[in-house]
Amino acid sequence: MPLLQIEGLCTSFFTDEGEIPAVDHIDFHINNGEILGVVGESGCGKSVTSLSIMGLVPSPPGKIKSGSILFQGEELVDASEQQMRSIRGDEIAMIFQEPMTSLNPLFKIGNQLIEAIRTHRNWKHKKCKLRAIEMLKLVGLPRAESLMNAYPHELSGGMRQRVMIAMAMLCDPKLLIADEPTTALDVTIQKQILQLMKKLNKTMETSIMLITHDLGVVAEVCDRVVVMYAGKIVEQTDCVTLFQNPKHPYTKGLLASVPNIRSKTDRLYSIPGNVPKPGSIQQGCRFAPRCELAMDQCFTETPPIYETEEKPHEVRCFLYDKEGEPRHETTVT
Amino acid sequence: MTTPAASPQPHSLEMQSEIVTSPWKDAWRSFTKNKVAIVGLCIVIFFILMAIFAPWLMPYDYNKTSLTERLQAPSSQHWLGTDDFGRDILSRIIYGARISLWVGFICVSGSIVVGCTLGVLAGYYGKWVDIIISRLFDILLAFPSILLAIAIVAILGPDLTNALIAIAVINVPNFGRLIRSKVLSVKEEEYITSAKSIGMSDARILFRHILPNSMTPVIVQGTLAVATAIIEVAALSFLGLGAQSPDVDWGKMLADSKQYLVQAPWTMIFPGLAIMLTVLGFNLMGDGLRDALDPNMKN
Repeated sequence: MPLLQIEGLCTSFFTDEGEIPAVDHIDFHINNGEILGVVGESGCGKSVTSLSIMGLVPSPPGKIKSGSILFQGEELVDASEQQMRSIRGDEIAMIFQEPMTSLNPLFKIGNQLIEAIRTHRNWKHKKCKLRAIEMLKLVGLPRAESLMNAYPHELSGGMRQRVMIAMAMLCDPKLLIADEPTTALDVTIQKQILQLMKKLNKTMETSIMLITHDLGVVAEVCDRVVVMYAGKIVEQTDCVTLFQNPKHPYTKGLLASVPNIRSKTDRLYSIPGNVPKPGSIQQGCRFAPRCELAMDQCFTETPPIYETEEKPHEVRCFLYDKEGEPRHETTVT
Repeated sequence: MTTPAASPQPHSLEMQSEIVTSPWKDAWRSFTKNKVAIVGLCIVIFFILMAIFAPWLMPYDYNKTSLTERLQAPSSQHWLGTDDFGRDILSRIIYGARISLWVGFICVSGSIVVGCTLGVLAGYYGKWVDIIISRLFDILLAFPSILLAIAIVAILGPDLTNALIAIAVINVPNFGRLIRSKVLSVKEEEYITSAKSIGMSDARILFRHILPNSMTPVIVQGTLAVATAIIEVAALSFLGLGAQSPDVDWGKMLADSKQYLVQAPWTMIFPGLAIMLTVLGFNLMGDGLRDALDPNMKN
């Protein structure tokens, strides 16, 4: 049984302009000890997916409409607030994009860490403190003892992100959701943070759901990848396959738009058009208006998920209609 | 990724100073740099000390009448002169500081506690809680404040405690609205989401994270409100709705001596000066606090 199994999840926002489906019928799972990458452009529903898992979708206007989120066989969609609270931070932890604002500016790092432990464990103050120091050391922060007395504004962005990771890992969560953890950091620190997460994944056997828009990050750490576009999953496979043999035109476009250091080109490839406003495309494939290979069918019907090849490789595109064989030779330059 | 995890980053740490600076200490430092604010603080401390040590500082008993010494001008015996009953004005001002300051602090504390509780609830929970509480504030704000205070005292009866309650009530919506707007912005901060994702309860998030981060405007407003409360209580006392004999406060001293304005101006000038100085002190201090606590003013 996978650690986390999501089936048919729909999360919508109900605004004055009507219902906006941010996440629309997505299915994926995370296995024990696995790092799953969730890739997509801004506004494609990555973050809403993670908030849905945590039960933190801002409500109103957001609401999980249907679907199921099974965590260790337990249904999270209709769990009570009380149940969710005991799972959050204990079984599933989360780190955020902006390390500069993710810590309360008024309290010392140590107090915030100890408070996080005390939310879930009935430990004595001393034990909490030792655990906090242990975690700070584990995430590679020097002079952990004196850091306990520091205020957030005294730390750099990279250090704060480490503190956030330490805080998330305090209670040995089974699943760590990292929502663009490296986006706000510079490249050298990005690499360190990714390596740290990979290490924690190995040593503490924590599964990680890594949300990112950076394919380089995916290539670096992920085992499997889910590609999202406009609230739907368009492709899902293991990391190596995705980079060697991408199937969906959107994934191909994404990969083609990553600058390559070996080939000199004047212009970087970009997918024509913009991400559609959520809810603006009512029928057909949501990528069709930007797709160079779109067929008439693509504008009228929503493509189902096709499984191709022996390896689990799912793709939501009519091009793979015939027994998993592409209808056209597809090339994207 | 065979490299051992993330090497520590010594540089960023070494650049930090060894002194732990808390946000409050930073604010205190920038407050002390502001000379005008320090003057305000000194005035306030002067009056507070005067109120605390009043029984030992008074040269005479504040209620001791002496008809032979009526309406005497300031002299070496009575530094600030005497009133129409021959009572020493300096002694009365010193003792009156007790009631005036005490009332100011109590009123404002009461307003802050009630206003902040309501404001935080309105801001955090929103929806109908917000609608009810905000409309309540609107209703209170619809009346001119001193008129509302007079009405409340008229209902409860003229008495210092009732005046105090009245002033506290009319100040509640100011604090409530202030903290509500601050909570609305603080609750969207990422560290609140982060606290939620740790599994913290609503109450804990409210009191540990949202409230402390929303308090700065309340502290500033509170200091300024003490000044206003002192004036308002003096006004009620002047109208005979506040302190009753034999209690004395500055507003009552003004009321008692209003018919001797031409004959013995010192009976009014000195209590008036006391009120003015205290209010000035609180206002200067409040302005200094605002500059020190406002992140936009930092340089």
